[in-house]
Formats: sequence, structure tokens, C-alpha cells
Amino acid sequence: MTAFTINGRRVDVKADADTPLLWVIREHLKLTGTKFGCGVAQCGACTVHVNGEPVRSCSTPLSEVAGKQVTTIEGLAPKGDHPLQKAWIAEQVPQCGYCQSGQIMSAAALLKKNKKPTRDQIKEHMNGNICRCGTYNKIVSAIERAAKGA
Amino acid sequence: MSPFDDIAIEKASVSRRRFIGTSSGLAFAFTFGAAASAPSARAQGAAKPGRLNAYVDIAADGRVTIKAPAPEMGQGVLTVLPLIVAEELDADWSKVKVEQSPIHADYHHPIFKAQYVVASLSVFGYWTPLRVAGAQARRVLIDAAAERWKVPAEELTTEPGVVVHEKSKRRMSYGQIAAFAKAPASLPKIDPAKDLKPAAKYRLLGKDVPRVDVAAKSSGAARYGIDASAPGMLHAALVLAPARGGGVAASNADDLKKIKGVVGVVPVDEGLAIVGATVEAVVKARRNLKVTWKAGLAGDSYDSAKELETYLAHVRDLGRKGEVWRTKGDAAAAIAGAASTMSREFLNDPVYHAQIEPMNSLAWVKGDAAEIWVGTQAPTRTQIDVAKAIGTSPEKITVHQQLLGGGFGRRAFVDTSVYAAVVSKAMGKPVKLMLLREDDVVSGNYRPMTAQKIDVGFDKDGKIVGWRHRVAGEPVADYLYGAGRLKASANKDIIFINGAEAPHYAIDNLVSEHVFEPERTRVGAWRGIGAGYTKFAIESVIDEIAHERKMDPVAFRLSIVANPRARKAVEKAAEMAEWTRKREGRALGIALAEYNASIAVGVAEISLDRASGRIRVHNYWVSVDAGLPLQPGNIAAQVEGGIVFGLSAALKERITVANGAPQQSNFHDYEVMRMADAPDIRVEVLRSIPNPTHVGELGVPTAAPAVANAFFALTGKRLRHLPFTPARVLEALKA
Repeated sequence: MTAFTINGRRVDVKADADTPLLWVIREHLKLTGTKFGCGVAQCGACTVHVNGEPVRSCSTPLSEVAGKQVTTIEGLAPKGDHPLQKAWIAEQVPQCGYCQSGQIMSAAALLKKNKKPTRDQIKEHMNGNICRCGTYNKIVSAIERAAKGA
Repeated sequence: MSPFDDIAIEKASVSRRRFIGTSSGLAFAFTFGAAASAPSARAQGAAKPGRLNAYVDIAADGRVTIKAPAPEMGQGVLTVLPLIVAEELDADWSKVKVEQSPIHADYHHPIFKAQYVVASLSVFGYWTPLRVAGAQARRVLIDAAAERWKVPAEELTTEPGVVVHEKSKRRMSYGQIAAFAKAPASLPKIDPAKDLKPAAKYRLLGKDVPRVDVAAKSSGAARYGIDASAPGMLHAALVLAPARGGGVAASNADDLKKIKGVVGVVPVDEGLAIVGATVEAVVKARRNLKVTWKAGLAGDSYDSAKELETYLAHVRDLGRKGEVWRTKGDAAAAIAGAASTMSREFLNDPVYHAQIEPMNSLAWVKGDAAEIWVGTQAPTRTQIDVAKAIGTSPEKITVHQQLLGGGFGRRAFVDTSVYAAVVSKAMGKPVKLMLLREDDVVSGNYRPMTAQKIDVGFDKDGKIVGWRHRVAGEPVADYLYGAGRLKASANKDIIFINGAEAPHYAIDNLVSEHVFEPERTRVGAWRGIGAGYTKFAIESVIDEIAHERKMDPVAFRLSIVANPRARKAVEKAAEMAEWTRKREGRALGIALAEYNASIAVGVAEISLDRASGRIRVHNYWVSVDAGLPLQPGNIAAQVEGGIVFGLSAALKERITVANGAPQQSNFHDYEVMRMADAPDIRVEVLRSIPNPTHVGELGVPTAAPAVANAFFALTGKRLRHLPFTPARVLEALKA
């Protein structure tokens, strides 16, 4: 059993210590907003926050989050109205949408540290998140929009 | 007739060709008979109150439910298709709820006679049937109100969500009418030529209505195939031989079964499925799998680079006949009698879809029936192929259409659902089957590699008099659709050779042909299909001719474009890019590419790090003509995404096959374009002919030739092998 907090809720998970956090979130806790893309921390679709820091949950073993705070896309804002989520809608960012949870979680981590990032800082920070539909420019616009409003 | 009718696509494409370039009187040059395409009231439980036809339900509170017949993979059909219905229905869009339709003949795409999303044909194909459905539902409401008020129906009009009798100042909401109205046994006939709204009166189309799926895709609530679950479900990892036609020679399956949570290893066609109670168990077992493979059709010594050299020899050898794709005049005679000629050769390596959601499907086989949860481009075919695999009939298969985490042609194949059903049947339980990324890469259905040769003949004034385009590579049709498809299509393999023509240039004698190579590897439809490489060759040659004639590439294209739509697109792109403005250390390249009845003209602005050979694309301007723009902002977004896709393939993406097996395995060695490398992109959506044409793939084909032409402008050297890796760039610079 491994105990940790996810989206403000205490959970005890019965899974092997080396189970990737991604599968714990998706299959054990049924929070499917966090996505599987590559399994090797190359695409960013599985990005969540652990104690406020962005991590690739596919490459984070369950044992590493014992006693920690995990936040997924579902817990970013209770009503899905985080400034980034509002900006994502205003800019009509998603196409297939599969990578967007990871994109938003990465962007949220950026804005927490740097309230007014430059375009180049945004691109550098977001470079680990692949969007195969090619929504990159809209993602940049949405992050800039959220930063302006924040 | 088969439901997956690429013959029909080809016929449609030939019909379309007749009106490319003319600008008026074409609205109904390509429509489908209302009788054939109008939805029936009978099917799908017609007698329900408020059910006006297969597409429209209206509740007494005024809420309108409109069915979306096509799978959503990011292209926006979940919004635009119901929007077309709502426009003719005169619905209040704020009261519309969109629902994914079931898989049923009422919702078939008129070209495919199936629910199937490929070839950028959804809006193009459903355009008339959906307008008819909306107009028909509106007519039912008007007729019911007329009867209730005892006035002639002709005196009634509608405002959004309301029927109005102007004479008596009476109004009745759609909800009020729906409470008592029943669709008549025989639905009103709608004549598409007379009974539909003129575009000038549109309230919804052309106005950029926000997409209905964006909020759920920003909150984590959107559900994809991989998110589906069923009670008592098992998980499975599908592992296929790296080569088409291969299979398991030996494996440590018995050892894997000892891993906690693993419940079985099921042999399947060309591979095996590791089945377990948890996903982490099957992933762990996959990592511990030791398997030796039987050689595939291509054999253990197959090497893609060597094979490509053979292709090149074949396109050079005119004695090796190709299958003719397009022919006009007598190209051979024109080239033989030309005052001068030019010949150029091009190559491209295979590329992989890299859709971020790995292939997956949840199947639950129960006796002679099955339920399938899958994000697929081909739900009707999923029914048919799953039924065949488990020995039942298609109507026993229920497909729950999920969102697609990227399609790009990969999900036109239904293999994963067939495998899931086979494993579910073997295990007697619901099974969610997926491929880990490494298996998704290695057993991918790639865009084929090709060798191309273009021969051009000129008269003494330098005018193009003959054009011969030969493309060698593996046909796609039989692998995608089953043996016999190619033969039934008269060997015209549209997916492979799309784009090998130049309908917008004035060339009187043209032939293009497909030199068939043996079908031995896994190939498929990849966003942009053949145009992704055929336009690279064509637009590179057009650029070379311009430079040989010492003409500006834009001016030269304008001198040979044969119609006003293409002319306008070229002029607009040049204007957007400020074509004549010189840039320090940077250069521009232009390319024109039609995708069937749509046109795009792209301009790339690049720079080059001469030490590393790395090309950087800074800006990309593109003008697109997709006929009547229904959702202009979404068209721009689709085109922008297509350009990123095309640039990614042009600069980075490459599968290499050695010893019969693909050498790449994940995003570290199959790199796709990331944010830092994506250029600024500006899209101008033009409006032309009165019906909407193709959008989803339109962004892809200009990308490679625009970059190659910019590279020439910058360096005086030509790039003729996709992708333009740094090593190839350095080699070109030395040439």
C-alpha cells in the first residue's frame, strides 16, 4: 500500500512500488485525463504535478510519490476554470486534444514560476510536450493570454 | 459495391476535376440525389415524439439534439457537420446538443456508403445530405404548425428556433411544436437545387462557431478509446512481428505467465498478445518478452536504403511500364520531339503516423455478439471486420465510437479492434488491447517510400510541351482494403499516387504512372497521402524550370497557371510573404499544391546553419482555397496543423528498415517537430466556388517543396531526398 494525496484527496493504493504513477492514476484511480503517449518521458502527454513540480508520470514509480501531493488535470481547478483552461477555450487550442492535458499541466507549472514568460521562454519550457496535430502556435497564444489575465 | 470504395473516391475525384478552376454555376455540379441521401424517418426509432428524422430530435423544452455521423479526430466534424444541419433547420445553436451518431446506414457517407473518415471528404461528402436533413426537419415543423393554425404552410417562415406566421403575428417555438408534432410516415421531399438556403443568408456557417469538444479537451473530461473500460476487463499488450507477414518463431511466453497479474499469452496473426489483470502487469511482461521472429514477406535481408536504389533504377527504365494514373495528350511524343528536356529524380523514406494515442481497442465478445469501444476512422468497417474475425454478422457488432487521439490515416485500419475481439473471445472477458509506443512504431503502417522521376519537354521558346512523372513504390490499396481492391480499381492506387498531376498548370501533354514494387512491407494512408511526396517532386521541378528560364518563381507560376482560383492563391501567398522583400541570411521558397478540389499555396522562410546542416523554418505563409469556408478559423487551424505535420516530415521524420525490421522505436529516435522548431504560420482562407471542398490534409503537401525551394534560393543547391536531414543538407552543400 502506498499513501499519497491526489487532487486534495488522500488515497491508499494497492500496487507494486515500481508501478508507474501513470497507471495508478489512470487505471487504479480512474482519472483518465492524464494520457499515455510514449512511456519513456519523451512526449509529455502524462504530465502531472508532484508537490507542485511537473513530472512525467509514465516514468515516475509509485514509491516516489508516497506522502506527496499529486495534482492531475482534473485537480488543476475544481471547475475546469483555471486561467489556462479558459485561455485554451478562448484560443480554441485543441484539435484531437489527446496531448492537451499534458500541455496545460506543463504550462501551469511554467506560470507558477514565471508569471510573464516571453515567447522564447514559453517555447523552451513547452518543448518536451509533443502535439502531433500541430497546435503549437495556439498553445503559445493561450499561455500568453492566460499570463496577461493572471 | 464495397463500402470502402476508393473507386467511388476516384470517380468523385474525376467528377470534381471537371469543375476545378471554373468559378460559377457549379453549386450542384456534384450533388447526390436527395432520394439516395435523405435520411429515413423509419430507422433509428422514428415514431418517438420530437424525432424529426435520423439527424434531428427536438425536446418539448426546445433543446435540439443533432447527430454527428463522422468520427472526431481533431478535424472538427463534431461541430461543423451538425452546424450544417442546424443552418438549414434554422435552429438556435445555443440550444443544440451534439451527439455522436450510432453506426447505421442512415449516417453513411454518400461516397463510401459507410461511416468512414479519410481523404478530407467529410464536409465535402455530407454537405448536401446534411443540408437536406436540416431543411427536411424544418419543413416537418412548418407543416405541423400550419396544420395546427389552419394556415397554408407557404405563409410560414422561421427565425432561430421559432416558426412565425407574420400575417397573424403568431409564433410557436420548435419545442412547442415538437411536443405534438410527429414526423410523417413519408418525410417531405427536399430538392437540393431549389429548397436550400442561399449562402448569403447563413447565420451559422462561415461565422466561426466555437467547437463543441474544446471544453472537454481542456478539462481532462474528453474520453478516447484508451479511456474506455468494462466490468471485469482484462488488459492486453499486442506485439506484432516487425515485418509484414512475419510471426512468432519462439518466445518465452511460459515465463511471462509467471509474472504477477499476467493471465495468458494469446497467439494471434503475425504476433502475440500478453494478457493480464492490470495494465502494469502486461507492460512489465512486454518489457520481459523475449521473442524471435519468423521472417516476413520481405525477408531477413531487406534494407530500405538498398531497396530505394532499386526503385530508382525502375523509374529510370522506361521499358518498365507503370500503371497510368493521369494522361492527357501524348506526353511521350511531345518529350521525344521537344527542343530541349529536363529530367529530375526524387526520393523519400517511409514515415510513421506518430499519433500520440497509441493504437488500442476494447472488445467484449459475448457469444455471437460483441461490443467494441474504439476511436476509429472506420466504424462501419470495424463492424464488418470484427464480425468476420469472430464468425458472426456485422449487425451483431456494436461499435461505441470514441474520440481519436490523432488519426492521420493510421486509424483507417481496424486491425486493433480485430485483435482485441480475437483475444476477448479467447479469454471470455472484455479485453482492452493496446500497443506500447515501441510496438506502435515498429509495426506501423507507414507512408511508403518512393523514387520519382519527372521528364519535361520544352519547345524552342522554353514553353513546357510534355510532362512525364513516374513514381515507384509499394501499392497501398490491397494492404489497407484487402486483396483484390487494386485490381478492382483498375490499378489506380489513389492513396499512393494522389497529386501526381498538375491540373492548375497549362500543360497539354502529361502522363503520370505508378511503377508497382512488390508488396512486402506495411504501408498505409498518411495525412496528405501521395501528395506529400508527389508535390515535392512536381513543385521542385517547376521551381527549377523557373530558374533555368531566369524567371522569378512566383512570376513563372503565374505565367503557367491555367485558372483564376490558382492564380489568386499564388498572388495572395506572395503578397502575404512580401515575396520581393530581401531578407538577410534568409530566403523564401514557394509551392502550389491542390488536394483534389482544394488549393494551397505556401511560402517558407528559412535560414541555414551551414556548419551543422540544420535548416530552420522561421515563417510560413499559406493561402488556401477550399471552396466555401464553413468554419474559417477551424480551416486555418487545420491547415496550420497540416503545415507542422508536413514540415516535420520534410525536416526530421524517417523510418529506416534494416535486416527486415524498422530501426526506430520511440520519440527519441523517431523525432517529430516540437514547439521550439515550429515556425510562425499565417493562413489566409479564400472563398471561391459555392460548395465546401477538402481541408484536413490541405496543409501538408506544400511544406516540403516550399522548404526545398527556399533552400535553393538561399544556397543555389537542390534537396531531392526527403527528409532533409542535416547529413543530406551538408552533402547537398558540397555538391
